[in-house]
Amino acid sequence: MAVAIPVIRGRPMSFDSYYNEMYLADGGVRTHYRPLADWISGTPPDRIDQMRQAAQVLFHRVGITFAVYGEEAGAERLIPFDMLPHIIPAPEWRDIAKGLRQRAKALNAFLHDIYHEREILRAGKIPTDRVLQNKQYRPEMVGIDVPGGIYAHVAGIDLVRAGAGEYYVLEDNLRTPSGVSYMLENRKMMMRLVPELFARQSIAPVEHYPDMLLDNLRSVAPNGVENPTVVVLTPGQYNSAYFEHAFLAQQMGIELVEGADLFIKDDTVYMRTTAGPQRVDVIYRRIDDDFLDPQAFRPDSMLGVPGLVNAYRKGRVTLANAVGTGVADDKSIYPYVPEMIRFYLGEEPLLNNVPTYQLRLKEDLAYTLAHLEELVVKEVHGSGGYGMLIGPSSTEREREAYRQRILDAPDKFIAQPTLSLSTCPIFVEKGIAPRHIDLRPFVLSGRDVMMVPGGLTRVALREGSLVVNSSQGGGTKDTWIVET
Amino acid sequence: MLSRTASNLYWMARYMERMENTARILDVTYRMSLMPQSAQFADQEWFAPLNITGTLYPFTGRYSQVHAREVMVFMALDPNNPSSILSCAKAARENARAVRGSVTSEMWEVINSTWLEIQHVTEERFSNDGALVFFDWVKERSHLFRGVTVGTALKDESFHFNRLGTFLERADNTARILDVKYHVLLPSLQDVGGAVDYYQWSAVLRSVSAFDAYRKVYRDVITPVKVAELLTLHHSMPRSLHACMAEAYEIFKTISTPYSGEAVRRAGELYAALQFGRIDVIFSNGLHEYLTAFLDRLGELGSEINRSFFNVSYA
Repeated sequence: MAVAIPVIRGRPMSFDSYYNEMYLADGGVRTHYRPLADWISGTPPDRIDQMRQAAQVLFHRVGITFAVYGEEAGAERLIPFDMLPHIIPAPEWRDIAKGLRQRAKALNAFLHDIYHEREILRAGKIPTDRVLQNKQYRPEMVGIDVPGGIYAHVAGIDLVRAGAGEYYVLEDNLRTPSGVSYMLENRKMMMRLVPELFARQSIAPVEHYPDMLLDNLRSVAPNGVENPTVVVLTPGQYNSAYFEHAFLAQQMGIELVEGADLFIKDDTVYMRTTAGPQRVDVIYRRIDDDFLDPQAFRPDSMLGVPGLVNAYRKGRVTLANAVGTGVADDKSIYPYVPEMIRFYLGEEPLLNNVPTYQLRLKEDLAYTLAHLEELVVKEVHGSGGYGMLIGPSSTEREREAYRQRILDAPDKFIAQPTLSLSTCPIFVEKGIAPRHIDLRPFVLSGRDVMMVPGGLTRVALREGSLVVNSSQGGGTKDTWIVET
Repeated sequence: MLSRTASNLYWMARYMERMENTARILDVTYRMSLMPQSAQFADQEWFAPLNITGTLYPFTGRYSQVHAREVMVFMALDPNNPSSILSCAKAARENARAVRGSVTSEMWEVINSTWLEIQHVTEERFSNDGALVFFDWVKERSHLFRGVTVGTALKDESFHFNRLGTFLERADNTARILDVKYHVLLPSLQDVGGAVDYYQWSAVLRSVSAFDAYRKVYRDVITPVKVAELLTLHHSMPRSLHACMAEAYEIFKTISTPYSGEAVRRAGELYAALQFGRIDVIFSNGLHEYLTAFLDRLGELGSEINRSFFNVSYA
């Protein structure tokens, strides 16, 4: 059966010069950046330096840090913060938001479908083995009905811009996407540093995200639960995103629990409190599927709760995100998301997918091997920017080593054209310089699909680098959606 | 509230209070060592901080002699000494970090910046007058922590467990300070009420910020019996055993649950004994014996708190 594969043949997309978010090609400033440009030119450089230092001290004191794997145990680092915001005009954001809603709906519909009727597979839109043989596919979820049919309650959808109004989805993060605490803390910091800029223009607020998240989580409580108890489940304080787990629990005013704080009795989840057991209805879990329940998945997990998945399958507790969402954000499924949108919603995709070569296909493999120096090659199951080959900045030797890895197991890899990510200015030692950025909006699905305007802007701090992941030396910026 | 959260808050407060008390003990010992006296007696002084914190053996295992500088470094900055000021600051922070959602951001910032700053303190600080500045800083951090707690935290269960930790740790520390000083200063019971070194006893008072309070309460010369009375039975002296247990008992009544009957009873028993105690009776039975028994019962109360609130076994 013929399967539509959305790839373009021939020369990969390329652009002569990168799209600069702030400046026009002739050096002029884009309209929506003008108040910022005026502020920069009107503020003495040493005052800006002072503000940047103040920001560092404050972030350290507040403890907005992340743990770095592979370094000394318990090491904590600051994610570098750049003071120059990423600004998007509101009308442009409204188009993006529409596209994000559409995408989130289709992905949830897909997840429900593959654990129930599998209509999309039967219609031949996606190869069955890609889904059912996927390591992230959880047979435990087959036939299980989750409240509202929602699987990806929180989705972090990474976007990049290649040109004016030309946004691409880089990947969908549907397991436990992180970074929203930086979005909120960055905003708090900017309002503290440059209140005058907020007074001068209309910048859409993001501070209500925790309320929105709590409302969303409550809306997916098990049937019949009137006033649900919601908790955040964390792997503990040595996890890289622990700060965020604690932050969100605090902002929502709910308990932050570890696996050992929960126990299951009669298929019901309880937490251990000073006043005895208390029932838990919704768990916003920030632990991967594998570690959730030693009885269901990895038996060596010390982080999980024995019996949790069983209680979940009986509908006694809601897990957000659901078990088994990883199959939908897998890089081997990513090329089919536009097809999902057409299939479930009967609409044309509003956001572009990056053309993707699937190396399990002979033709794509041959093309990729012949064009390694132009392409980005990624592991299908990888994340966090690890294990990638970035063709244009690689050495002959790296390419040869990678070529061998590809040939050993072609189906473990995909390749994409090197997108010319847009750049945004950042402060550097002397003045400002352009660096590549991406944007991660956080899309909440429950009773409705909701999001706060903007998201987390990540920036590759090294000159010319395309990798924005915090684990790889990326930084963050505040994101402003501005009414123009 | 979550049992683990209650436990973390309780221990966070205990470590902050312990940090302050260790600084107080070192501060007063250092001041006393500056008095004119023989070199031998001066070194003798430095056994007291080790005895109070029960770290004499670990110390002598590491150092051949008990000298001022070594003791100060060991008790202030040694990461291998679990009761050092550094270790307390670290433990307080780890407990706070585990429950960041249950402490206000101001509380967290105080604890976090204390930990960040103390890591920059070096041994050289103890070579000159830097020691006293450091001890003052530690005390201020602890004052700040309590002030921020009272000024920013919701008066809910989190607050109560936090405060419970403060008062129980403080009672423990006051009892230890008094016990050890009593031994150093009064080698035999016959000396009670006899001629005592005014400076030594006033130093004991100063170590718990009670010197001015003594003057106000007694308007009299400093005697060991009255010092002991002030630090054990006096209800309005904030670091006395009586005041600490009064606070603790009030908290117990507020946080009591169907599982905590025994803990509340024990706290009430300790409180009542202090409320109705008499200093002459205590002295006739031996102050040391009294304080040892108090510390034992406080330790039992701690275990009972664990059973009643932190590790409840549900029937």
